Amino acid sequence: MTLTSLAQATYVVAAVLFVLSLAGLSKQETARRGNMLGMVGMGLALAATVILSLDVSERSVLVTALLIACVFAIGAGVGIWRARTVEMTQMPELIAMLHSFVGAAAVLVGFNSHLTATHADAIHQIEVFLGIFIGAVTLTGSIVAFLKLSARMKSSPLTLPGRNWLNLGAIVVSVGLMFVYMATDSIVPVLIMTAIALLLGFHLVAAIGGGDMPVVVSMLNSYSGWAAAAAGLMLSNDLLIVTGALVGSSGAILSYLMCKAMNRAFISVILGGFGTESGTSSGDAEQGEHTEVQVPEVAQLLTEAKSVIIVPGYGMAVAKAQYPVADLVANLRAHGVEVRFGVHPVAGRLPGHMNVLLAEAKVPYDIVLEMDEINDDFPETDVVLVIGANDVVNPSALEDPGSPLAGMPVLEVWKAKQCIVFKRSMATGYAGVQNPLFFRENSAMLFGDAKTKVEEILTEVRSAEGAHA
Amino acid sequence: MRIGVPRETRAGERLVAASPASVEKLIKLGYEVAVEAGAGTQASFLDEQYQAAGATLVDAADAWGADIVTCVNAPKPAQIKLLREGATLVATMAPQSNEKLVGTLAKKGVTALALDAVPRISRAQSIDVLSTMSNVAGYRAVIEAAEVYGGMFTGQVTAAGKTAPAKVFVIGAGVAGLAAIGAAASLGAQVRAFDVRPEVAEQIGSMGGEFVVAPEAQQEISADGYAKPLTAEQQAAAMDVYAKEAANADVVITTALVRGSAPTTITAAMVASMRPGSVVVDLAASGGGNCELTVPGKTVTSDNEVTIVGYTDLTSRMPRHTSTLLGTNIVHLMELLTPGKDGELTLDLEDVVQRGMTVAHAGEILWPPPPVSVSAAPPAPAGPSDEELAAKAAAAAEEADRKSKRRNILYGLGAVASLLLLSFADSATVQHLTVFALAVIVGFYVISNVKHSLHTPLMSQTNAISGIILVGALLQIGSSDALVSTLAFVAAAVASINIFGGFLVTYRMLGMFRKDA
Repeated sequence: MTLTSLAQATYVVAAVLFVLSLAGLSKQETARRGNMLGMVGMGLALAATVILSLDVSERSVLVTALLIACVFAIGAGVGIWRARTVEMTQMPELIAMLHSFVGAAAVLVGFNSHLTATHADAIHQIEVFLGIFIGAVTLTGSIVAFLKLSARMKSSPLTLPGRNWLNLGAIVVSVGLMFVYMATDSIVPVLIMTAIALLLGFHLVAAIGGGDMPVVVSMLNSYSGWAAAAAGLMLSNDLLIVTGALVGSSGAILSYLMCKAMNRAFISVILGGFGTESGTSSGDAEQGEHTEVQVPEVAQLLTEAKSVIIVPGYGMAVAKAQYPVADLVANLRAHGVEVRFGVHPVAGRLPGHMNVLLAEAKVPYDIVLEMDEINDDFPETDVVLVIGANDVVNPSALEDPGSPLAGMPVLEVWKAKQCIVFKRSMATGYAGVQNPLFFRENSAMLFGDAKTKVEEILTEVRSAEGAHA
Repeated sequence: MRIGVPRETRAGERLVAASPASVEKLIKLGYEVAVEAGAGTQASFLDEQYQAAGATLVDAADAWGADIVTCVNAPKPAQIKLLREGATLVATMAPQSNEKLVGTLAKKGVTALALDAVPRISRAQSIDVLSTMSNVAGYRAVIEAAEVYGGMFTGQVTAAGKTAPAKVFVIGAGVAGLAAIGAAASLGAQVRAFDVRPEVAEQIGSMGGEFVVAPEAQQEISADGYAKPLTAEQQAAAMDVYAKEAANADVVITTALVRGSAPTTITAAMVASMRPGSVVVDLAASGGGNCELTVPGKTVTSDNEVTIVGYTDLTSRMPRHTSTLLGTNIVHLMELLTPGKDGELTLDLEDVVQRGMTVAHAGEILWPPPPVSVSAAPPAPAGPSDEELAAKAAAAAEEADRKSKRRNILYGLGAVASLLLLSFADSATVQHLTVFALAVIVGFYVISNVKHSLHTPLMSQTNAISGIILVGALLQIGSSDALVSTLAFVAAAVASINIFGGFLVTYRMLGMFRKDA
């Protein structure tokens, strides 16, 4: 038994733990265990690697150990600080940022792999090249996603003329450079390719509109996995291969599931430019008049209702309205009103974003239902509160074949007896499409900041209750 | 113009055509309102309240002599005499069975608007008095049944033993039937309901009842929202359903009225098969009754102690709310008739709703109106013919076939290409690729049934795990080459941020999910 074989054995155990961890995370009951298993697996893998790297260290062991200690100090310091302080509403940004780290690491490891290579082996060269390429795309792609999500960059798609040809050109040139690299074993083609890949990553994500961000984030997740797998191939490290492949394929399947939920072709989302081509929509055409309601009326409607469904969207996250919403729900439920949440698969800027926010505000997860579970119940619902959601409740998705949203399954809130839409103004949603829901006879608008409005309603409901008592 | 609200004179009638609240709204439309003294007393609206709302109190002759007269029941001959020529009368008239009344009104030059002839279209729903009345009657039918029934509607488990919930069977799921289902269900009864129109199943479910399915007794979706007369076979099958359900029920509520006439649904034999103490409430008593034993206007008891309630004045038994709703229906009608809100009545016979209600105008009888297709559920559109469908299906199949062929060829090419590539690679690489391929498949299966609500934690977890690239960086960190070592250090640092941050944030999120205790 050598140190290396011990490390290999540990890697097998870690890989199994990672698989179990992801499997555990697919259900609420086992999710925490899954999280723990992942941590244990990572701990084992890192311990084995540290020992191994001390063993193969070409310098004094002490220096290497010191460097490794520094790495962990930085990682733990920054990582724990970010994880503790991040607002749940900023989850998408954090995750996008973390993806870019994996991309950066993959690029650096790739370069090192080239620098330390002792002999020019074609397969190894392909692996290095591929690893750097994927890593670079992931790096800039994630940074753009981060900038878009944190509103530091415009979320509308960047549409350069012939953008698909640009992408294709970048890939073709990169493949050409790969052959040059294989022939010369010089670092120059690799550097040129890195620059091209960085631009490609930037362009790919910049061309995707804000509405598709959940898919983009999970796609980048997938890329970061492929980057790790490529690094594993070039380093002949099975643990990296297995883990990278796991993350890569799980990210891909997640993106695919989400595209299905939006009824969009996966390829067309990745190629971007959403909401710019389909021009036949009635768009901003005259839609009619909207009705406005005030807080006291909404409070009265809610207390008199038997069943209420709340449809949250990104606007609720922005206004941080989940806490007063949770209080309001608790209050109404205590008075026998049936309150449930209807969450669209792509509500928010991250898959499952709304569920996390509601969980944070201590809303029990068994009253938070998915679109398919709740869509049939709208006709029997007295009041629907649409809080900061827009495109996911747009009836034109079903009714107007020319709409950019056409064919996307939406929450059919307009079938309820009364629909109240919380909104800051009459502006359009992320997809930039006008929403005929606002002009329906049974919907009314409540303008203002979602958080303040919900708090006012809560006060009103409480005082009404005081008056009755 | 002046609107007159006379006191109802039919025996036992307690309703009134305007409430103080509706008077206020009529005045806002620009009208003067004259209420006959004592008109609302039975519905607990006092004369003072009407006055406070802005109405003037008048005697019967003045009320009947107004420009517009609104009342609940059709006027008697003596009252018609009091009507002015050219006046407008708004009342329920049952024009289909009351030709003589319509004739008299036309001869007198009165414009007669029948509140019970509102076309059944969505726009006119706010005027539909029949819906209002049916709704109240359905509710009251349950109250009457509950009073006569010798038990509680809800089931109870007490220290003194257990009682079963009442079983209520409702025939006909029109407005009245649905109201009855809702009222009975909210008292705690188990409600089953039958209707010959299968499309109402969903509505029955929504009110808390269970739809009795009997395909052989149910007909196709109707174009005008009303049930059609049944064929002989359907009729026989329906009777079987009634017999079976009635024998099991504690309370039977029948609401079958097909355009004013009441078919028999509950025969004497069925009543005989019911348990003693059971109740039948016949909402169609005014049309002769659905039950063979019904005596309109009375409550009778059969030989086997089954009570049959045949009241025809169920709406009058809740005069306060019925009058309020009725008054609002009339306000909505006046809003339609007063586009200028200036107190001037303008009749527009081009409008389907107004045309449908107008039974007499300018000396002419306008009943019956031209038919309007007013479907509640649109009739099935004439679909493409079978050949067209077949051709379409064949084309689609061909297309799919071509696509799958193309896909197979592509897959084949891909397989050959990877085979060629792999055969050039050394055995270690092939091994690694094997591991890679298997891991991809494992990842695919592990994730494909993840719950949507867990997507975010899953993503941050996989993110943390992909920080495993740290392993690669750590192995390079000990290199003697300063550049390699630096690069590896940076890579390791960012990757470790990923690991710590990802796991912790996942942990934090999962800690928030809780189930309702």
